[in-house]
Amino acid sequence: MNSEYFVNLLIVLISAAFVSNVVLSQFLGICSFVGISNKIKTATGMGFAVIFVITLASLIASAIYKAILAPMDLDYLKTIVFIMVIACLVQFVEMVIKKFSPTLYNALGVYLPLITTNCAVLGVALINVQEDYDIVTSVVSGFGTAVGYTIAIILMAGIRERMEYNEISKSFKGSPIVLITATLMAMAFYGFSGLV
Amino acid sequence: MNKYVERLYNGIVKENPTFVMMLGMCPTLAVTTSAINGAGMGLSTTAVLAAANLLISALRKFIPDKVRMPSYIVVVASLVTIVQLLLQAYIPSLNERLGIYIPLIVVNCIIFGRVEAYAAKNTVGLSFFDGIGMGLGFTIALIAIGAFRELLGAGTLFGYGIMPESFQPISIFVQAPGAFLVLAMLTALQNKFQLPAATNTGRKSGLSCGGNCAECSSETYAAYHSDLDKAKEISATVNAKKTQKED
Repeated sequence: MNSEYFVNLLIVLISAAFVSNVVLSQFLGICSFVGISNKIKTATGMGFAVIFVITLASLIASAIYKAILAPMDLDYLKTIVFIMVIACLVQFVEMVIKKFSPTLYNALGVYLPLITTNCAVLGVALINVQEDYDIVTSVVSGFGTAVGYTIAIILMAGIRERMEYNEISKSFKGSPIVLITATLMAMAFYGFSGLV
Repeated sequence: MNKYVERLYNGIVKENPTFVMMLGMCPTLAVTTSAINGAGMGLSTTAVLAAANLLISALRKFIPDKVRMPSYIVVVASLVTIVQLLLQAYIPSLNERLGIYIPLIVVNCIIFGRVEAYAAKNTVGLSFFDGIGMGLGFTIALIAIGAFRELLGAGTLFGYGIMPESFQPISIFVQAPGAFLVLAMLTALQNKFQLPAATNTGRKSGLSCGGNCAECSSETYAAYHSDLDKAKEISATVNAKKTQKED
Protein backbone atom coordinates (compact mmCIF):
# COMPACT_ATOMS: atom_id res chain seq x y z
CA MET A 1 0.00 0.00 0.00
CA ASN A 2 2.05 2.94 -1.22
CA SER A 3 1.31 6.07 -3.19
CA GLU A 4 2.06 4.31 -6.48
CA TYR A 5 -0.78 1.91 -5.78
CA PHE A 6 -3.24 4.76 -5.26
CA VAL A 7 -2.10 6.53 -8.42
CA ASN A 8 -2.70 3.27 -10.25
CA LEU A 9 -6.20 3.05 -8.75
CA LEU A 10 -6.94 6.58 -9.92
CA ILE A 11 -5.77 5.73 -13.44
CA VAL A 12 -7.99 2.62 -13.47
CA LEU A 13 -10.96 4.71 -12.28
CA ILE A 14 -10.56 7.42 -14.91
CA SER A 15 -9.81 5.06 -17.76
CA ALA A 16 -12.85 2.92 -16.89
CA ALA A 17 -15.18 5.92 -16.66
CA PHE A 18 -14.02 8.02 -19.61
CA VAL A 19 -11.30 6.57 -21.84
CA SER A 20 -12.88 3.18 -22.46
CA ASN A 21 -16.44 4.25 -21.68
CA VAL A 22 -18.54 1.12 -21.36
CA VAL A 23 -21.34 2.28 -23.67
CA LEU A 24 -19.64 4.58 -26.13
CA SER A 25 -16.46 2.67 -26.82
CA GLN A 26 -17.07 -0.91 -25.61
CA PHE A 27 -20.72 -1.19 -26.72
CA LEU A 28 -21.94 -2.91 -23.57
CA GLY A 29 -25.44 -2.17 -22.31
CA ILE A 30 -26.64 -0.59 -25.55
CA CYS A 31 -30.20 -1.88 -25.13
CA SER A 32 -30.87 -0.04 -21.89
CA PHE A 33 -28.85 2.96 -23.10
CA VAL A 34 -31.21 3.41 -26.05
CA GLY A 35 -34.34 2.21 -24.27
CA ILE A 36 -34.36 4.03 -20.94
CA SER A 37 -32.73 7.30 -21.91
CA ASN A 38 -35.90 9.23 -22.79
CA LYS A 39 -36.31 10.99 -19.42
CA ILE A 40 -33.60 12.31 -17.11
CA LYS A 41 -35.44 10.99 -14.05
CA THR A 42 -35.60 7.36 -15.20
CA ALA A 43 -32.08 7.57 -16.62
CA THR A 44 -30.76 8.73 -13.24
CA GLY A 45 -32.61 5.91 -11.47
CA MET A 46 -31.20 3.32 -13.85
CA GLY A 47 -27.72 4.85 -13.56
CA PHE A 48 -27.64 4.62 -9.78
CA ALA A 49 -29.04 1.08 -9.82
CA VAL A 50 -26.26 0.13 -12.25
CA ILE A 51 -23.57 1.75 -10.05
CA PHE A 52 -24.86 -0.20 -7.05
CA VAL A 53 -25.09 -3.57 -8.80
CA ILE A 54 -21.86 -3.38 -10.82
CA THR A 55 -19.75 -2.32 -7.83
CA LEU A 56 -21.19 -5.13 -5.70
CA ALA A 57 -20.92 -7.66 -8.54
CA SER A 58 -17.27 -6.83 -9.25
CA LEU A 59 -16.45 -7.25 -5.56
CA ILE A 60 -18.16 -10.64 -5.31
CA ALA A 61 -17.04 -11.96 -8.71
CA SER A 62 -13.44 -10.94 -8.06
CA ALA A 63 -13.48 -12.45 -4.55
CA ILE A 64 -14.86 -15.74 -5.87
CA TYR A 65 -12.31 -15.80 -8.68
CA LYS A 66 -9.35 -15.09 -6.39
CA ALA A 67 -10.47 -17.35 -3.54
CA ILE A 68 -12.00 -20.33 -5.34
CA LEU A 69 -11.59 -20.46 -9.11
CA ALA A 70 -7.93 -19.42 -9.48
CA PRO A 71 -6.42 -21.60 -6.70
CA MET A 72 -8.39 -24.66 -7.81
CA ASP A 73 -7.51 -24.17 -11.49
CA LEU A 74 -11.16 -23.81 -12.47
CA ASP A 75 -10.55 -20.78 -14.66
CA TYR A 76 -12.68 -22.18 -17.50
CA LEU A 77 -15.80 -22.16 -15.28
CA LYS A 78 -15.72 -18.40 -14.86
CA THR A 79 -18.44 -17.57 -17.40
CA ILE A 80 -20.95 -19.96 -15.80
CA VAL A 81 -20.05 -18.95 -12.24
CA PHE A 82 -20.12 -15.23 -12.91
CA ILE A 83 -23.47 -15.18 -14.69
CA MET A 84 -25.09 -17.29 -11.96
CA VAL A 85 -23.61 -15.10 -9.22
CA ILE A 86 -24.83 -11.93 -10.96
CA ALA A 87 -28.34 -13.31 -11.49
CA CYS A 88 -28.58 -14.41 -7.84
CA LEU A 89 -27.07 -11.17 -6.59
CA VAL A 90 -29.62 -9.05 -8.43
CA GLN A 91 -32.49 -11.15 -7.03
CA PHE A 92 -31.01 -10.95 -3.55
CA VAL A 93 -30.42 -7.19 -3.69
CA GLU A 94 -34.01 -6.74 -4.86
CA MET A 95 -35.36 -8.75 -1.89
CA VAL A 96 -33.15 -6.95 0.64
CA ILE A 97 -34.04 -3.48 -0.64
CA LYS A 98 -37.73 -4.35 -0.70
CA LYS A 99 -37.60 -5.52 2.90
CA PHE A 100 -35.53 -2.72 4.43
CA SER A 101 -36.14 0.39 2.35
CA PRO A 102 -39.39 0.71 0.41
CA THR A 103 -38.40 4.22 -0.76
CA LEU A 104 -35.18 2.94 -2.29
CA TYR A 105 -37.11 0.00 -3.76
CA ASN A 106 -39.52 2.38 -5.48
CA ALA A 107 -36.61 4.37 -6.87
CA LEU A 108 -34.34 1.51 -8.02
CA GLY A 109 -36.42 -1.67 -7.78
CA VAL A 110 -37.99 -1.56 -11.23
CA TYR A 111 -34.59 -1.32 -12.87
CA LEU A 112 -33.06 -4.30 -11.09
CA PRO A 113 -34.46 -7.08 -13.32
CA LEU A 114 -33.24 -5.12 -16.35
CA ILE A 115 -29.72 -5.24 -15.00
CA THR A 116 -29.41 -9.05 -14.93
CA THR A 117 -29.29 -9.13 -18.70
CA ASN A 118 -27.23 -5.95 -18.98
CA CYS A 119 -24.04 -7.22 -20.55
CA ALA A 120 -22.03 -4.49 -18.82
CA VAL A 121 -22.19 -6.35 -15.48
CA LEU A 122 -20.78 -9.61 -16.84
CA GLY A 123 -18.43 -7.64 -19.09
CA VAL A 124 -16.84 -5.81 -16.15
CA ALA A 125 -16.40 -9.03 -14.18
CA LEU A 126 -14.67 -10.64 -17.18
CA ILE A 127 -12.48 -7.59 -17.90
CA ASN A 128 -11.32 -7.56 -14.26
CA VAL A 129 -10.18 -11.17 -14.61
CA GLN A 130 -8.61 -10.55 -18.00
CA GLU A 131 -6.61 -7.57 -16.70
CA ASP A 132 -5.62 -9.57 -13.61
CA TYR A 133 -6.80 -6.87 -11.16
CA ASP A 134 -6.73 -7.57 -7.42
CA ILE A 135 -9.97 -7.23 -5.41
CA VAL A 136 -9.63 -3.51 -4.55
CA THR A 137 -8.70 -2.58 -8.12
CA SER A 138 -11.63 -4.67 -9.42
CA VAL A 139 -14.08 -2.78 -7.22
CA VAL A 140 -12.61 0.56 -8.35
CA SER A 141 -12.73 -0.51 -11.99
CA GLY A 142 -16.35 -1.69 -11.59
CA PHE A 143 -17.33 1.55 -9.90
CA GLY A 144 -15.59 3.61 -12.61
CA THR A 145 -17.29 1.66 -15.40
CA ALA A 146 -20.70 2.16 -13.80
CA VAL A 147 -20.05 5.89 -13.31
CA GLY A 148 -19.14 6.07 -17.01
CA TYR A 149 -22.43 4.34 -17.88
CA THR A 150 -24.38 6.73 -15.64
CA ILE A 151 -22.72 9.82 -17.14
CA ALA A 152 -23.42 8.58 -20.67
CA ILE A 153 -27.08 7.69 -20.03
CA ILE A 154 -27.86 10.94 -18.15
CA LEU A 155 -26.21 13.06 -20.88
CA MET A 156 -28.16 11.16 -23.50
CA ALA A 157 -31.42 11.68 -21.58
CA GLY A 158 -30.72 15.41 -21.32
CA ILE A 159 -30.10 15.65 -25.05
CA ARG A 160 -33.23 13.64 -25.83
CA GLU A 161 -35.37 15.87 -23.61
CA ARG A 162 -34.14 18.87 -25.59
CA MET A 163 -34.71 17.07 -28.89
CA GLU A 164 -38.42 16.75 -28.11
CA TYR A 165 -38.77 20.38 -29.25
CA ASN A 166 -36.80 19.94 -32.47
CA GLU A 167 -38.12 19.13 -35.92
CA ILE A 168 -36.67 15.78 -36.89
CA SER A 169 -37.24 14.42 -40.37
CA LYS A 170 -39.67 11.52 -40.42
CA SER A 171 -37.24 8.73 -41.22
CA PHE A 172 -34.90 9.75 -38.40
CA LYS A 173 -37.55 9.82 -35.66
CA GLY A 174 -37.11 7.29 -32.87
CA SER A 175 -33.98 5.17 -32.65
CA PRO A 176 -32.07 6.56 -35.69
CA ILE A 177 -31.68 10.02 -34.15
CA VAL A 178 -30.72 8.46 -30.82
CA LEU A 179 -27.98 6.53 -32.58
CA ILE A 180 -26.80 9.68 -34.41
CA THR A 181 -26.59 11.40 -31.01
CA ALA A 182 -24.64 8.43 -29.71
CA THR A 183 -22.27 8.78 -32.70
CA LEU A 184 -21.52 12.39 -31.79
CA MET A 185 -21.14 11.51 -28.10
CA ALA A 186 -18.78 8.67 -28.99
CA MET A 187 -16.69 11.11 -31.05
CA ALA A 188 -16.54 13.48 -28.08
CA PHE A 189 -15.52 10.67 -25.73
CA TYR A 190 -12.90 9.64 -28.28
CA GLY A 191 -11.09 12.80 -27.23
CA PHE A 192 -10.44 11.30 -23.81
CA SER A 193 -8.27 8.59 -25.35
CA GLY A 194 -5.10 10.64 -24.90
CA LEU A 195 -5.83 11.13 -21.19
CA VAL A 196 -4.26 8.00 -19.73
CA MET B 1 -42.79 -25.24 -48.07
CA ASN B 2 -41.20 -27.89 -45.91
CA LYS B 3 -41.55 -26.76 -42.28
CA TYR B 4 -37.83 -27.17 -41.58
CA VAL B 5 -36.92 -25.03 -44.60
CA GLU B 6 -39.60 -22.57 -43.43
CA ARG B 7 -37.71 -22.20 -40.12
CA LEU B 8 -34.49 -21.38 -41.96
CA TYR B 9 -36.29 -18.84 -44.18
CA ASN B 10 -37.95 -17.32 -41.12
CA GLY B 11 -34.62 -16.83 -39.34
CA ILE B 12 -32.67 -15.53 -42.31
CA VAL B 13 -35.28 -13.30 -43.96
CA LYS B 14 -38.66 -12.89 -42.28
CA GLU B 15 -37.57 -12.41 -38.67
CA ASN B 16 -33.89 -11.62 -39.20
CA PRO B 17 -32.61 -10.97 -35.67
CA THR B 18 -30.52 -7.93 -36.60
CA PHE B 19 -32.37 -6.21 -39.44
CA VAL B 20 -35.95 -7.00 -38.44
CA MET B 21 -36.01 -7.76 -34.72
CA MET B 22 -33.16 -5.41 -33.68
CA LEU B 23 -31.88 -7.90 -31.10
CA GLY B 24 -28.31 -8.41 -29.91
CA MET B 25 -27.16 -4.89 -30.63
CA CYS B 26 -24.05 -5.02 -28.41
CA PRO B 27 -22.13 -7.64 -30.44
CA THR B 28 -23.49 -6.17 -33.68
CA LEU B 29 -21.88 -2.83 -32.91
CA ALA B 30 -18.75 -4.15 -31.27
CA VAL B 31 -17.38 -6.84 -33.58
CA THR B 32 -18.33 -5.56 -37.04
CA THR B 33 -15.06 -3.69 -37.56
CA SER B 34 -14.30 -6.17 -40.34
CA ALA B 35 -16.24 -8.76 -42.32
CA ILE B 36 -14.16 -11.64 -41.01
CA ASN B 37 -14.76 -10.66 -37.36
CA GLY B 38 -18.48 -10.45 -38.09
CA ALA B 39 -18.40 -13.92 -39.65
CA GLY B 40 -16.52 -15.39 -36.66
CA MET B 41 -18.90 -13.88 -34.13
CA GLY B 42 -21.95 -14.87 -36.18
CA LEU B 43 -20.87 -18.49 -36.57
CA SER B 44 -19.94 -18.82 -32.86
CA THR B 45 -23.38 -17.48 -31.94
CA THR B 46 -25.00 -19.86 -34.46
CA ALA B 47 -23.30 -22.84 -32.82
CA VAL B 48 -24.45 -21.77 -29.34
CA LEU B 49 -27.95 -20.93 -30.54
CA ALA B 50 -28.53 -24.21 -32.38
CA ALA B 51 -27.17 -26.31 -29.51
CA ALA B 52 -29.09 -24.31 -26.87
CA ASN B 53 -32.36 -24.64 -28.80
CA LEU B 54 -31.74 -28.37 -29.24
CA LEU B 55 -30.97 -28.99 -25.55
CA ILE B 56 -33.71 -26.78 -24.11
CA SER B 57 -36.27 -28.26 -26.46
CA ALA B 58 -35.24 -31.76 -25.41
CA LEU B 59 -35.41 -30.77 -21.73
CA ARG B 60 -38.57 -28.67 -21.98
CA LYS B 61 -40.79 -31.24 -20.23
CA PHE B 62 -38.33 -31.67 -17.33
CA ILE B 63 -37.57 -28.04 -16.49
CA PRO B 64 -40.09 -26.69 -13.95
CA ASP B 65 -41.59 -23.37 -15.00
CA LYS B 66 -40.45 -21.58 -11.84
CA VAL B 67 -36.74 -22.19 -12.34
CA ARG B 68 -36.69 -22.06 -16.14
CA MET B 69 -34.56 -18.90 -16.37
CA PRO B 70 -31.70 -20.16 -14.15
CA SER B 71 -31.76 -23.49 -16.01
CA TYR B 72 -31.55 -21.74 -19.39
CA ILE B 73 -28.67 -19.61 -18.09
CA VAL B 74 -26.70 -22.69 -16.99
CA VAL B 75 -27.25 -24.49 -20.32
CA VAL B 76 -26.34 -21.45 -22.42
CA ALA B 77 -23.30 -20.56 -20.28
CA SER B 78 -21.98 -24.13 -20.53
CA LEU B 79 -22.36 -24.10 -24.32
CA VAL B 80 -20.61 -20.73 -24.56
CA THR B 81 -17.73 -22.10 -22.47
CA ILE B 82 -17.45 -25.08 -24.83
CA VAL B 83 -17.38 -22.80 -27.89
CA GLN B 84 -14.79 -20.57 -26.24
CA LEU B 85 -12.52 -23.53 -25.41
CA LEU B 86 -12.84 -24.81 -28.99
CA LEU B 87 -11.93 -21.38 -30.37
CA GLN B 88 -8.95 -21.13 -28.01
CA ALA B 89 -7.73 -24.51 -29.23
CA TYR B 90 -8.32 -24.26 -32.98
CA ILE B 91 -8.67 -20.57 -34.00
CA PRO B 92 -6.72 -18.66 -31.32
CA SER B 93 -6.32 -15.57 -33.53
CA LEU B 94 -10.09 -15.12 -33.83
CA ASN B 95 -10.54 -15.73 -30.10
CA GLU B 96 -8.01 -12.99 -29.38
CA ARG B 97 -9.68 -10.49 -31.70
CA LEU B 98 -13.19 -11.09 -30.37
CA GLY B 99 -11.95 -11.04 -26.76
CA ILE B 100 -14.63 -10.73 -24.08
CA TYR B 101 -17.41 -10.65 -26.68
CA ILE B 102 -17.21 -14.46 -26.93
CA PRO B 103 -18.14 -15.09 -23.26
CA LEU B 104 -20.67 -12.26 -23.58
CA ILE B 105 -22.67 -14.44 -26.01
CA VAL B 106 -24.26 -15.69 -22.76
CA VAL B 107 -26.20 -12.45 -22.34
CA ASN B 108 -27.06 -12.04 -26.04
CA CYS B 109 -30.82 -11.45 -26.10
CA ILE B 110 -31.22 -13.42 -29.36
CA ILE B 111 -30.36 -16.63 -27.53
CA PHE B 112 -32.70 -16.14 -24.56
CA GLY B 113 -35.33 -14.75 -26.89
CA ARG B 114 -35.33 -17.85 -29.12
CA VAL B 115 -35.02 -20.29 -26.24
CA GLU B 116 -37.95 -18.78 -24.36
CA ALA B 117 -40.16 -17.93 -27.31
CA TYR B 118 -39.53 -21.00 -29.49
CA ALA B 119 -37.49 -23.89 -28.12
CA ALA B 120 -39.44 -24.09 -24.85
CA LYS B 121 -42.64 -24.78 -26.82
CA ASN B 122 -41.61 -26.75 -29.92
CA THR B 123 -40.15 -30.10 -30.94
CA VAL B 124 -36.43 -30.85 -30.99
CA GLY B 125 -35.99 -30.92 -34.77
CA LEU B 126 -37.87 -27.69 -35.44
CA SER B 127 -36.06 -25.91 -32.59
CA PHE B 128 -32.69 -27.00 -33.96
CA PHE B 129 -33.50 -25.64 -37.42
CA ASP B 130 -34.90 -22.47 -35.84
CA GLY B 131 -31.54 -21.98 -34.09
CA ILE B 132 -29.61 -22.58 -37.32
CA GLY B 133 -31.88 -20.17 -39.24
CA MET B 134 -31.67 -17.41 -36.65
CA GLY B 135 -27.92 -17.90 -36.30
CA LEU B 136 -27.36 -17.71 -40.06
CA GLY B 137 -29.57 -14.61 -40.23
CA PHE B 138 -27.41 -13.02 -37.55
CA THR B 139 -24.20 -14.13 -39.31
CA ILE B 140 -25.30 -12.70 -42.66
CA ALA B 141 -26.26 -9.40 -41.04
CA LEU B 142 -22.92 -9.15 -39.20
CA ILE B 143 -20.96 -9.97 -42.38
CA ALA B 144 -22.93 -7.35 -44.33
CA ILE B 145 -22.40 -4.61 -41.73
CA GLY B 146 -18.77 -5.66 -41.22
CA ALA B 147 -18.04 -5.66 -44.96
CA PHE B 148 -19.58 -2.18 -45.32
CA ARG B 149 -17.54 -0.74 -42.44
CA GLU B 150 -14.33 -2.47 -43.52
CA LEU B 151 -14.69 -1.30 -47.12
CA LEU B 152 -15.18 2.36 -46.20
CA GLY B 153 -12.97 2.42 -43.12
CA ALA B 154 -9.96 0.44 -44.32
CA GLY B 155 -10.51 -0.05 -48.06
CA THR B 156 -10.33 -3.83 -47.77
CA LEU B 157 -12.78 -6.73 -47.88
CA PHE B 158 -12.09 -9.89 -45.88
CA GLY B 159 -8.55 -8.52 -45.52
CA TYR B 160 -7.91 -8.15 -49.28
CA GLY B 161 -7.29 -4.62 -50.56
CA ILE B 162 -9.83 -4.07 -53.32
CA MET B 163 -10.17 -0.29 -53.35
CA PRO B 164 -7.95 1.69 -55.80
CA GLU B 165 -4.73 3.25 -54.48
CA SER B 166 -6.23 6.75 -54.59
CA PHE B 167 -8.96 5.79 -52.09
CA GLN B 168 -8.41 7.50 -48.75
CA PRO B 169 -9.90 5.24 -46.00
CA ILE B 170 -12.52 6.99 -43.85
CA SER B 171 -11.09 5.55 -40.68
CA ILE B 172 -13.97 6.67 -38.45
CA PHE B 173 -16.02 3.80 -39.87
CA VAL B 174 -13.84 1.17 -38.21
CA GLN B 175 -13.73 3.11 -34.93
CA ALA B 176 -16.38 3.26 -32.21
CA PRO B 177 -18.43 6.23 -33.51
CA GLY B 178 -18.69 4.61 -36.96
CA ALA B 179 -20.58 1.66 -35.48
CA PHE B 180 -23.33 3.93 -34.17
CA LEU B 181 -23.38 5.90 -37.43
CA VAL B 182 -23.82 2.81 -39.63
CA LEU B 183 -26.61 1.47 -37.43
CA ALA B 184 -28.31 4.88 -37.36
CA MET B 185 -28.29 5.06 -41.17
CA LEU B 186 -29.54 1.49 -41.43
CA THR B 187 -32.53 2.10 -39.14
CA ALA B 188 -33.23 5.43 -40.88
CA LEU B 189 -33.36 3.65 -44.26
CA GLN B 190 -35.67 1.01 -42.81
CA ASN B 191 -37.97 3.79 -41.57
CA LYS B 192 -37.76 5.62 -44.89
CA PHE B 193 -38.81 2.63 -46.99
CA GLN B 194 -41.18 1.28 -44.34
CA LEU B 195 -39.35 -2.03 -44.28
CA PRO B 196 -40.61 -4.50 -41.69
CA ALA B 197 -38.36 -3.68 -38.73
CA ALA B 198 -38.85 -3.46 -34.99
CA THR B 199 -38.32 0.29 -35.23
CA ASN B 200 -41.40 0.97 -37.35
CA THR B 201 -43.90 -1.81 -36.71
CA GLY B 202 -45.66 -2.63 -33.47
CA ARG B 203 -44.37 -6.17 -33.31
CA LYS B 204 -45.71 -8.19 -30.40
CA SER B 205 -43.41 -10.79 -28.99
CA GLY B 206 -43.99 -13.76 -26.73
CA LEU B 207 -41.40 -12.56 -24.24
CA SER B 208 -42.44 -11.21 -20.88
CA CYS B 209 -40.33 -8.08 -21.37
CA GLY B 210 -41.93 -7.22 -24.72
CA GLY B 211 -38.90 -8.49 -26.63
CA ASN B 212 -38.05 -5.15 -28.14
CA CYS B 213 -34.84 -3.73 -26.75
CA ALA B 214 -34.99 -0.59 -28.88
CA GLU B 215 -38.31 0.48 -27.46
CA CYS B 216 -37.88 -0.96 -24.01
CA SER B 217 -38.90 1.38 -21.24
CA SER B 218 -38.82 0.86 -17.54
CA GLU B 219 -42.60 1.32 -17.49
CA THR B 220 -43.08 -2.08 -19.11
CA TYR B 221 -40.96 -3.56 -16.40
CA ALA B 222 -42.74 -1.65 -13.65
CA ALA B 223 -46.08 -2.91 -14.95
CA TYR B 224 -44.77 -6.44 -15.20
CA HIS B 225 -43.43 -6.15 -11.69
CA SER B 226 -46.68 -4.95 -10.16
CA ASP B 227 -48.44 -7.84 -11.93
CA LEU B 228 -45.98 -10.26 -10.39
CA ASP B 229 -46.48 -8.73 -6.95
CA LYS B 230 -50.26 -9.03 -7.31
CA ALA B 231 -49.97 -12.65 -8.37
CA LYS B 232 -47.77 -13.37 -5.36
CA GLU B 233 -50.23 -11.70 -2.99
CA ILE B 234 -53.15 -13.65 -4.45
CA SER B 235 -51.34 -16.96 -4.13
CA ALA B 236 -50.34 -16.03 -0.56
CA THR B 237 -53.94 -15.32 0.45
CA VAL B 238 -55.13 -18.51 -1.25
CA ASN B 239 -52.50 -20.49 0.64
CA ALA B 240 -53.46 -18.81 3.91
CA LYS B 241 -57.12 -19.73 3.34
CA LYS B 242 -56.14 -23.33 2.57
CA THR B 243 -54.18 -23.64 5.79
CA GLN B 244 -57.11 -22.11 7.73
CA LYS B 245 -59.48 -24.70 6.25
CA GLU B 246 -57.11 -27.50 7.12
CA ASP B 247 -56.97 -26.23 10.67
